[in-house]
Amino acid sequence: MNIFDIIGPVMIGPSSSHTAGAVRLGRVANKLINDRKLARVEITLSGSFAQTYKGHGTDRALLAGIMGYHSYSPEIRDALEIASARGIDYVFLKENIKGAHPNTALIRYFTEDGAEGTMQGASVGGGNILVNRIDGMDVHFTGDNNTIIVMHHDKPGVIAAVTQVMHWQYADLNISSFFLSRESKGGNSIMTIEVDSLPPEDLMQRIREIGHVTNAILVRRL
Amino acid sequence: MLKYESVSELVQAAEERGARIADLVLDDQAEAMEVSPLELYEKMEIDLHVMREAAKAGAEEGQRSMSGLTGGEGFRMTEYVREKNGGLCGPFLGKAMAKALAVAGCNASMGRIVAAPTAGSCGILPGCILTLLQEGVVAEKDAVMAMFTAGAFGMVIANRASIAGAQGGCQAECGSAAAMAAAALVELMGGTPAQCADACAIAISSQMGLVCDPVAGLVEIPCIKRNVSGLMIAFSSADLALAGIGAKIPADECLDAMREVGDALPASLKETAGGGLAATPTGRKLQKQVFGS
Repeated sequence: MNIFDIIGPVMIGPSSSHTAGAVRLGRVANKLINDRKLARVEITLSGSFAQTYKGHGTDRALLAGIMGYHSYSPEIRDALEIASARGIDYVFLKENIKGAHPNTALIRYFTEDGAEGTMQGASVGGGNILVNRIDGMDVHFTGDNNTIIVMHHDKPGVIAAVTQVMHWQYADLNISSFFLSRESKGGNSIMTIEVDSLPPEDLMQRIREIGHVTNAILVRRL
Repeated sequence: MLKYESVSELVQAAEERGARIADLVLDDQAEAMEVSPLELYEKMEIDLHVMREAAKAGAEEGQRSMSGLTGGEGFRMTEYVREKNGGLCGPFLGKAMAKALAVAGCNASMGRIVAAPTAGSCGILPGCILTLLQEGVVAEKDAVMAMFTAGAFGMVIANRASIAGAQGGCQAECGSAAAMAAAALVELMGGTPAQCADACAIAISSQMGLVCDPVAGLVEIPCIKRNVSGLMIAFSSADLALAGIGAKIPADECLDAMREVGDALPASLKETAGGGLAATPTGRKLQKQVFGS
């Protein structure tokens, strides 16, 4: 904790959990979408998010985050209009996701080039978030640390290859947490790797070049 | 390096160095965050400017919250203070109250604010500091430095008790903000580090047990008005401390008690809209008005 965790953050109100945290959840989806052009997004609101989203601007906050705005961007207020102007088709659905934290959102995105994906996460208080699922697979990260998401096929040696690249080429890079999830044996898998420092720009490209890796994304400390 | 685990640590370190808590904390945080003190000061200066903009935006006549439940409080109070030469509390406190309402209203209408320590309690610190600044009582550089004092007390409160309504009730939000502001006010008025600690203790004692019971779960009723009561407690606690009326229970023990009380509060009184004002017939009616059944 530092002084700006107390005097700050600078944020758009009214609620750190239902507004600022919602923007941060949206921003994770923005990182997953990467630089592709967004065509459509379906946002499912669960629990307290579903009940109170209008009064807190949770819908605007999520959409603003998905478009890459920050929790301090004044554009949050006008996020619905901005999305329409950008030609993004959006819809909000209310559904109780079983077993999920009360402030949970499930974001399903479709890009213009035909890609799609999902991300589910919760706003757990004070603007902090927990990302639970990406593309249907379990992940666990908060966005408090720099996080590397590696999508790959479940094959022997892939984890070793990824961590070797990290260690041999960037010796200062220290892993603080590692989580692996897979759809099925030999199927799609995701590594969630949290690291202490900010990885160099070219690390993601190097990881993408490893066999059986389908994508690698860096979610910078939010 | 400071640990921010006790108020007594802050007081002792400041006394040993013969410096303000603000100066001590600026240097300590610069070291911890590996930036220069000037860089850190400039970052805090931006926060002060955001607060000033929020106070301005929230005092506009047409200000309405997203839900429509609240709005225009900052404008109404500013008008009243002007018409009635400050009203009962006088022009200075009247203006301070108007600022707290304006910033809290800005938050409720999706304006930009500085959480201090939270969004729900964001009007208290700017209400105190901006008023001293705009009334010419203090210089801007001292106002910025006072936010380091406030932040240092806030860090201790967060470590020792809580700054989240969902965890500790409103005492953790408006209570913490008032305690932080009280300590900052004392230092701005030339009080000693020990008097800052006294003001913190008095403010915490004054809001011990305050529950978090927002109508419809929204950061509006009673949050916006509780920013005013928190502000008044900050000023009164600071004045008591500056008058030499010390706290009988030391600040650190007050914070330990606050944590215990927060833990003992039922979930219905911790930001769940399940009790208190939220569960009154009118509270329920307003909830229906905003969200339907």
